[in-house]
Amino acid sequence: MDFATIVEMAKSSWVLWLMALFIFIVFWAFRPKNKKRFEEDAKMIFKDDENGGANHGGN
Amino acid sequence: MNQAIAMPTYDDEVVKKFVIAASFWGIVGFLVGITIAFQLAYPILNLDLEWTSFGRLRPVHTSAVIFAFGGNILIGSSLYIVQRTCRVPLFGGPKLANMVFWGYQIFIVLAASGYVLGVTQSKEYAEPEWYTDIWLTVIWVMYLVVFAGTLIKRKESHIYVANWFFLAFIITVALLHIGNNVALPVSWFGAKSYIAWAGVRDAMTQWWYGHNAVGFFLTAGFLGMMYYFIPKQAQRPVYSYRLSVIHFWAITFLYIWAGPHHLHYTALPDWAQTLGMTFSIMLWMPSWGGMINGIMTLSGAWDKLRTDPVLRFLVTSVGFYGMSTFEGPLMAIKVVNSLSHYTDWTIGHVHSGALGWNALVSFGALYYLVPKLWNRERLYSLRLVNLHFWFATMGIVLYITAMWISGIMQGLMWRTYDSLGFLQYSFIESVEAMHPYYVIRAVGGVLFLVGAIIMVYNLWMTAKGRTRDEAPIALAPSASSAGN
Amino acid sequence: MQSLLERNAILLSIAILITVSIGGLVQIVPLYTIENTIEKVDGMRPYTPLEQAGRNIYIREGCYLCHSQMIRPFRDEAERYGHYSLAAESMYDHPFQWGSKRTGPDLARVGGKYSNEWHTEHMINPRAVVPESIMPGYSFMAETLLGFDDAAEHLKTLRAVGVPYSDEQIARAIDDLNAQATGEDGDGDIEGFQSRYAKAPLGDFDGDPTRLTEMDALIAYLQMLGTLVDFSSLDAKAIER
Repeated sequence: MDFATIVEMAKSSWVLWLMALFIFIVFWAFRPKNKKRFEEDAKMIFKDDENGGANHGGN
Repeated sequence: MNQAIAMPTYDDEVVKKFVIAASFWGIVGFLVGITIAFQLAYPILNLDLEWTSFGRLRPVHTSAVIFAFGGNILIGSSLYIVQRTCRVPLFGGPKLANMVFWGYQIFIVLAASGYVLGVTQSKEYAEPEWYTDIWLTVIWVMYLVVFAGTLIKRKESHIYVANWFFLAFIITVALLHIGNNVALPVSWFGAKSYIAWAGVRDAMTQWWYGHNAVGFFLTAGFLGMMYYFIPKQAQRPVYSYRLSVIHFWAITFLYIWAGPHHLHYTALPDWAQTLGMTFSIMLWMPSWGGMINGIMTLSGAWDKLRTDPVLRFLVTSVGFYGMSTFEGPLMAIKVVNSLSHYTDWTIGHVHSGALGWNALVSFGALYYLVPKLWNRERLYSLRLVNLHFWFATMGIVLYITAMWISGIMQGLMWRTYDSLGFLQYSFIESVEAMHPYYVIRAVGGVLFLVGAIIMVYNLWMTAKGRTRDEAPIALAPSASSAGN
Repeated sequence: MQSLLERNAILLSIAILITVSIGGLVQIVPLYTIENTIEKVDGMRPYTPLEQAGRNIYIREGCYLCHSQMIRPFRDEAERYGHYSLAAESMYDHPFQWGSKRTGPDLARVGGKYSNEWHTEHMINPRAVVPESIMPGYSFMAETLLGFDDAAEHLKTLRAVGVPYSDEQIARAIDDLNAQATGEDGDGDIEGFQSRYAKAPLGDFDGDPTRLTEMDALIAYLQMLGTLVDFSSLDAKAIER
């Protein structure tokens, strides 16, 4: 298999490549390990509220 | 409040200016819109003067609502949000931000005055001529420097998702603006230029630009607003932050492909049309993901909708976002498009997005921002917010139903054959049939404007520090808008 | 990777730029490289100086906001407007004027359908000719002298962006403008004009031979729209869609 065939394959299967990338993003976003820090990230906009969110440095 | 979260002093004076400018240009844009709506119903209103004809005023309307009203609220709220989510004042300080503000207003005036005088390059939503385009490019780069600079010097480790959307909006709009406007002036001292692209290539470049002005100016930027203002106003974090990550990358990647659906059945090659259609249909999914994320942020707190009309504006806007992002992919299907293209259905679709989504979310943002920026306890009147809501919603309903009927009717009349195999209607008969719907549409526009005037009055009184003595809405006191 | 992006604004910006560039590149670049994007047909020529002046007025007034110039390949459009539009027919259009809305009818093949007198009447007061029309009146065009003294500069600029004007066409721009608008030429070289621009309509367009107005230019443009390609002698295979 020479280089040209590889390029040809990469070109013709770009849908697959993008799909793989997309699945990676989905996997990463929904990975249980990341759950907690995402929840922290979502709450960061409330840090400037007077009534709560005093736990600085959430993530 | 402990020392660790002590807030820096933010540069809010410039945000105030953007808020005032957005309110002003909003009224101007709606007013011109109503004018040209009535011109279509009663052509005598064109006055037969060169400066007042539909063809010259229509770009004034579209630019005023998209770039002047929408642009000011986008830039203003992005500068408000980026400071608070990065916990630092603006990069470059108030000086650079003020240059962006005044530079952007000059852009608006240059563009609009050009249209009235007949200076246009005739590319829809990109009408300004070369000198105005260059000016905007400079201002936009300054805006990027302020925004990205603030992100870089932030004191938070994570970049909040709203800022991703704003960043995508700023970068992509710059790319689109430059790509679509490459032109050679006839003389460096004259307004006229010729665009570098021709015919089918120009058409593709134009709708690559045009559709992504919708995708990145009117969608990504406004989603940035949604991801901040709805959680803040509801006082709950966004329904799923993980979904928002996927939402972001899917929208950013897919939107850019959808342009060719504006060119179905034209001389654009079929492969490009098919790509455009495919990606437009795929867009439906992330769009609804985003809508669900926005609306479900209220889950467990639906009662707030009853008592907080500001939240009602924000959430209804997301509902309209869902509706138009369903209608859009539908209209991008070639068979449907063969009927809808060239008709008022397109106009109705655009306005369900522009009035329902962009304008309503902007109104919600303005109601949120003014008490905060002017340091007021609460809005002047929540009852007036409620009144505005009903005027605006009624106006939108009249507008889009009138355009659905007229658009589908037009499309059908053009292709109807009689029993002898001849075209049943002449073109002018289809024009005549539109008249009642053009009147209803214009009335819808008037209602929408009345609502906006009520808002401006309400905001004005709020800024002056007045509060209206009124009974609270429903059960709870009107604390929600003054809450955080 | 993602966690890196969300902590680094510059990396995030670059990722965004790459993501949004792919679609545009895939859709636009092939239009320049794939050969049959623009059909090879006979008859297409650059606009005459007068037609180009008229086209600029068409653009200035925002006509494209209500009139398309793109006939789709449907039976009803063929009967109403004529043969569907080819990409070749707008190959010299900087910018394109396909439009996106038909508040009024398509104009891609309006050339030759109505007389010059009809057009003049209609532009001055549309409802005098078509009572139900909702088009604005453009009476001022009949009163405004055409300002196109820099015709040669315009042609030169167009050549720079790809329209194949010859040196002769540029040098004779003003003469050609007058030749077309009056049917006679300063040097009496009307044949020269016609050889430079095949099928160009000749003569006074607005009914007032004493003046060269914006109306003359606009009608000269409208009268040539869609007339250049001779479809009867065309190989159907070459334009198949």
